[in-house]
Amino acid sequence: MRGLVGAAVVFGLVELLTRAGLVSASYLPPASSILRETVGLFGEGEVRTSLWSSIKACLIGLALSVLVAVPAGLILGLSPIVHKATSTILEFLRPIPSVALIPLAIVIYGRGTEMKVALAMYACIWPILFNTIYGIRSVDPVAADTARVFGLGKVKTATRVHLRSASPFVYTGVKIAASIAVILVVSAELLAGGASGTGIGILMLEATSIGDQPRVYALTIVTGLIGLALNVVFSSVERRIFPWNVQDDEAP
Amino acid sequence: MNAPATIKRGVIMVRLRDSAIRIAAIAAAIALWHVLTARADSLFFPTPDKVFTAVWDDWIRPFSTTWSENLRPSLTRLLAGYLIAAVLAIAAGVMIGRSRRLADYVEPVIDFVRAIPPPALLPLFLVLLGIGDSMKVALIATGVFPPILLNSIDGVRSIDPLYLDTANVFRISRLRRVTHVILPAATPKIFAGLRISMSIAVILMVISELVAATNGVGFRILQSQRQFRFVDLWAGLVVLGVIGAVLNAGLTTIERTVLRWQRR
Repeated sequence: MRGLVGAAVVFGLVELLTRAGLVSASYLPPASSILRETVGLFGEGEVRTSLWSSIKACLIGLALSVLVAVPAGLILGLSPIVHKATSTILEFLRPIPSVALIPLAIVIYGRGTEMKVALAMYACIWPILFNTIYGIRSVDPVAADTARVFGLGKVKTATRVHLRSASPFVYTGVKIAASIAVILVVSAELLAGGASGTGIGILMLEATSIGDQPRVYALTIVTGLIGLALNVVFSSVERRIFPWNVQDDEAP
Repeated sequence: MNAPATIKRGVIMVRLRDSAIRIAAIAAAIALWHVLTARADSLFFPTPDKVFTAVWDDWIRPFSTTWSENLRPSLTRLLAGYLIAAVLAIAAGVMIGRSRRLADYVEPVIDFVRAIPPPALLPLFLVLLGIGDSMKVALIATGVFPPILLNSIDGVRSIDPLYLDTANVFRISRLRRVTHVILPAATPKIFAGLRISMSIAVILMVISELVAATNGVGFRILQSQRQFRFVDLWAGLVVLGVIGAVLNAGLTTIERTVLRWQRR
């Protein structure tokens, strides 16, 4: 209830400031016109295709990174020697901001979906990898030993005991990665421009270039909605499959 | 031989073995990089010796030029945005964390702003603030703000009520209560937020320079791409990796110093 009041106050303030002429409409359009524009966006076919194109790139990149990062994390988590050997290399690769790879990805993969997927995949690998390693490490050794005593082979122990009990951690990694995927895809679209691609970032560029302020604001809100929607979906799935592990995590 | 000396020797042996493994792995990785790129012979993927030579020739040797042309502008923007956001977010976090009612009012708005991927704010900020430094600093500050804020709120909320009651009993003034009880107790959480934010700050610095800049590390990377100098592009990536590592190390040092009391 109070949350609604808070949102209403912000809305009213923006509306008032602009209607009273205190802030130029070219900087901040009235809240009501931003809202109208936002709702109107979903009626446009072009917007819906672009939205889907961006979300699709996020999801494909995310799925591919799971395929790479979870097995790698399993190996690194199980073998201290492999982990020790690779940790320095990982610590060096990790701080390279993935958006800096966009110029390189554009020349290699062009400006289409492939480029966005590759970038999202690269960026998503890290949180999933590190969360998987952490999860595997924190598996109760008694459980693993019990499995061994019962004659489960190495592979079965790894998948049935380690991977299963680490799965909440893996999932947290995937959830963090999902928001990173959106960051990468939108950034890539903004930098690649409208030459051949579709996507929410490209719509933003177009709106910016014609100086349509309400539309720029509305599209920014829509990207926020993508983030919110992903968050809601992932959290509700989490509550369903790992009911014992629901907590707040401060993903960027 | 007595037991402690044996243990000490054992520890040294393990350390030596670990560093040997590490060095061998790095050597193996560079060798693999070399073999793969030499075999692929691709314009986009230069061999490591070329990349490191470029780092040396183009970045380290003319350091005074690279510092004033690329590194200083980038770091100034990054730190300015980061510090502004940190001060504001910690202050707001203390207020919101102390007041349940205030939190109820503002949390939905915060949640929504947080959900916007920070680079998506770029077109908006371009329109509002132009292509100058103020746009970049504002973008970095805005992107970095939510994680620090949320962690500060969390840290302030999870303070042991006993501390606050004790402060009350001793009639400690409001200001002192904030500086001597609330902030120190919330510091570990605040630092968690600061650490998450550092990587976001680097991301936003780079992307804002890729879109609109005339200097900075991101600008230089973009220039290398436009002139098809891919060795230089890779050298720029290596430099960014080093910048990220240095910033993280700096933050960790500050955290260790500030949180020394918490260690044992």
